[in-house]
Amino acid sequence: MGSLLLVTIQVDMHDQLALTLQDDLTARIVRDRAHGVLIDISALDVVDSFIGRMLGNIASMARVLDAETVVVGMRPSVAITLVELGLSLPGIRTALNVDRGMELLRAGAPGDIASDGPKES
Amino acid sequence: MVQKKVEMRLAAQEDIVAVRQATRALSVEIGLSIIDQTKIVTAASELARNTVIYGGGGIVTLETLRETDKQGLRLTFEDRGPGIPDIKRAMQDGYTSGSGLGLGLGGAKRLSSEFSIHSEVGVGTRVAITRWKA
Repeated sequence: MGSLLLVTIQVDMHDQLALTLQDDLTARIVRDRAHGVLIDISALDVVDSFIGRMLGNIASMARVLDAETVVVGMRPSVAITLVELGLSLPGIRTALNVDRGMELLRAGAPGDIASDGPKES
Repeated sequence: MVQKKVEMRLAAQEDIVAVRQATRALSVEIGLSIIDQTKIVTAASELARNTVIYGGGGIVTLETLRETDKQGLRLTFEDRGPGIPDIKRAMQDGYTSGSGLGLGLGGAKRLSSEFSIHSEVGVGTRVAITRWKA
């Protein structure tokens, strides 16, 4: 069984930094033979379409590399805003907090999203 | 009535972050709820990115407003870029002339209390949004 990667986003990222994270994380999934990626966004007070797309890209790339991605800790205000913005984060599995996210990844259940995949790329 | 007015330059990616932070600070100052803060900051982020990427850079003016019965925050994004030939199409979700998701303009409109856009091909684009305190 591979390892789990835990990523905590702590800063308000500019766009290039988000792309760098996306690339670094993809490389780490391969290097660490990770089967799960947990992204903690509880410190983020804003998720715009760019960050939303980055999260979707990470989930898609991880899936191709046989790893599941769970995004945890989304603030309620961020969730409400994302939906109004028109971003439903297709293909991204979410959990309330890190513990729940770990449980999901350890269970390794394919779940409902693994089969249909993201609708945009 | 405009109470406070701040102008910021929008030229690079880092400026988008700065606009998010300035918008947040003013939203807190006028006492917007957390949800309304998040909405206007997200809208600001989308529009600031449009100005930098599609408008080739520009200026944003942040103003706190006070009317007799309400308080709000208005953001006006201006660029001298190529302009938008078909605003109706640009407002549609999923339409983009670049590589984004095409949610910026429509999304910013939904996240704001008021929205206006004026664009002239070859002259530039001005988008203004206002969030009133609920």
